Amino acid sequence: MGSQKNTVPFAGTKEQEAALLKVIADHKDDKGALMPILQKAQDIYGYLPIEVQSIISNEMNVPLEKVYGIVTFYSQFSLNPKGKFKVSVCLGTACYVKGSGDIFNKLQENLGIGDGDCTADGKFSLESCRCIGACGLAPVLTVNEDVYGKLTVDDIDGILAKYK
Amino acid sequence: MYRSHVLVCGGTGCTSSGSPKIIEALQTEIKKNGLSEEVAVVQTGCHGLCALGPIMIIYPEATFYTLVTTEDIPEIVTEHLLKGRIVTRLLYKETAEDEGLNSLNETDFYKKQHRIALRNCGVINPENIDEYIATSGYEALGKVLTENTPDQVIQSILDSGLRGRGGGGFPTGLKWKLAKGNDADQKYVCCNADEGDPGAFMDRSVLEGDPHVVLEAMAIAGYAIGASQGYIYVRAEYPIAVDRLKIAINQAREYGLLGKNIFNTGFDFDIDLRLGAGAFVCGEETALMTSIEGNRGEPRPRPPFPAQKGLFMKPTILNNVETYANIPQIILNGPEWFASMGTEKSKGTKVFALGGKIRNTGLVEVPMGTTLREVIDVIGGGIPNGKKFKAAQTGGPSGGCIPTEHFDIPIDYDNLIGIGSMMGSGGLIVMDEDNCMVDIAKFFLEFTVDESCGKCTPCRIGTKRLQEMLEKITTGNGTLEDLDKMEELCYYIKENALCGLGQTAPNPVLSTLRYFRDEYIAHVVDKKCPSGVCKALLSYVIDAEACKGCTLCSRICPSGAISGKVKEAHIIDQSKCLKCGACMEKCRFGAISKK
Repeated sequence: MGSQKNTVPFAGTKEQEAALLKVIADHKDDKGALMPILQKAQDIYGYLPIEVQSIISNEMNVPLEKVYGIVTFYSQFSLNPKGKFKVSVCLGTACYVKGSGDIFNKLQENLGIGDGDCTADGKFSLESCRCIGACGLAPVLTVNEDVYGKLTVDDIDGILAKYK
Repeated sequence: MYRSHVLVCGGTGCTSSGSPKIIEALQTEIKKNGLSEEVAVVQTGCHGLCALGPIMIIYPEATFYTLVTTEDIPEIVTEHLLKGRIVTRLLYKETAEDEGLNSLNETDFYKKQHRIALRNCGVINPENIDEYIATSGYEALGKVLTENTPDQVIQSILDSGLRGRGGGGFPTGLKWKLAKGNDADQKYVCCNADEGDPGAFMDRSVLEGDPHVVLEAMAIAGYAIGASQGYIYVRAEYPIAVDRLKIAINQAREYGLLGKNIFNTGFDFDIDLRLGAGAFVCGEETALMTSIEGNRGEPRPRPPFPAQKGLFMKPTILNNVETYANIPQIILNGPEWFASMGTEKSKGTKVFALGGKIRNTGLVEVPMGTTLREVIDVIGGGIPNGKKFKAAQTGGPSGGCIPTEHFDIPIDYDNLIGIGSMMGSGGLIVMDEDNCMVDIAKFFLEFTVDESCGKCTPCRIGTKRLQEMLEKITTGNGTLEDLDKMEELCYYIKENALCGLGQTAPNPVLSTLRYFRDEYIAHVVDKKCPSGVCKALLSYVIDAEACKGCTLCSRICPSGAISGKVKEAHIIDQSKCLKCGACMEKCRFGAISKK
């Protein structure tokens, strides 16, 4: 899940908080509600900084330590904001045997960031992901919703240039 | 009535290669040509031949078009749909004959397949419950509710010989029987759709292509064990599957096929979705239940087994998507029909996700007992680029690598375990001579270390030590003694880890040590990586005869390791070389090679 340090100050809005409180009120009494609430909270804020976790902890009357324990357990939850463009490289087996490891290294080099990090200008974040199920296109990477397949290391510059 | 149906694959593979845009373009063109009343466009689930996506089939002719692009659409509409002339250049090669079309079922890819779990994938529109019902959907549920007792249902599943398709191979009927035997005020039916094996996408395809089959089977299971609530735990990374499941659940509720008093029999059953959040260990049954309860997805020791105390401490059954996909067919066609397929101890069919170094990447369903050779060479079309086959990997991070000498054994649960691998959920990754088996073992151990939940010591620390030893070997610092130590540690972890993840984590190491020990020895004794993958063990050399002295390599070398005069052979200083490979990539004369 990348480095744990928060590089960007929290800037949640009143609207976001109202949306979160509504989600909590709607689901509070469901069985096993914490996970779905955290997932929706991440949809609202884009990530789960400690400030958001505190709200959930207070409203649900669950210790913050438990909330934090869950957030750090699952790789989908992020303590850091994501970039405007989320670059994910599939490191599933089918992609790996076709060279996605090299593609991931090349991206780290090009963007100057590691797995799970975000560039200083907030533009790109990079992560490795497990199989996205497009094994016919291996090796594959995604930038937000766009899928790029059958890649070679030489394609990377061109793909990034589209978003710069 | 439409005179023609155009089926476009909307599975993940084809969606990634642009099928939504193709559907859009088709609809526009069809409208433009005034065919909207005559031609229907249907988005279906996966056809299996993902390597040639996006895929389109036009009925009634059953024309199978592959690698379709939006530019092809006007031609398809004006030639095929308007004038009835097949666009031969887009035909799947094997179906194209001089005199017309060859049946798809006659092609190498399809002829050895037998689709039960994938029966409706690529055939119906998964977002329309009526199409599922038209292919005898929900008939099995109606049959059990009106004609069978729960015990009869369980007996049918027992007699069919169906075993869990998630990898373990536990008899499904027995699981149901145990859960039925435990009395409780509330029981649960869960579906494991947290398909975490990298390179496996069978369950995803069923959910995307035929979501109702899972709902129907879960309701049947609910009736059999006496549960009124089901949960599907599905990966959040599968957005299309999640959407289609939501649509399917709503439609089933609308039709009264989920909810209260189903088929007027007094039976209540409903299903909720729970999204996973990216933790491989949640594919383990007790961890999955802990996660649905809203906790860190850590496994619990067994006993008590889920059939006694599972979700929310109530009796629970958990089956995987593909297992459920077989249930309605077993009810409708009878257990004898199902048991007539397969081997002595493994009945029915198995879906495999073929990937890696193989021509026909995709999804295939074959009867148990088919040999690996048939799957890889015939259905899979063999290895591309004239490379030599090295190994087939099954079972994901819990499985092993199988070498050529075992290619003719019939695939079933027990045979695969016998050769040091396992069925797993059905990922089948093919590797060729360019893949280093030590590197592959390291790749899987990195995965396990990352995904180990940390609850038990053998897995948390043991897998980390294994990974470190593999790192040592791939960087040229390993010794022969390390190999023995590694093997000893592997057996220790297998015997002592708490859950399936830890118990099977050493398999990639053990199987590669067993079949590819010579590669390990090359790494530790000769300090060479025979496949040229492990960077620390490579050296780049310039062939003095082929080098023209153009100086390009010396100019691009980032560490200034290459020297030489113009028009004279260049030399790489190995002590400075970073092994980045930039020189080899750029050399126009092929004079640089890695050894």
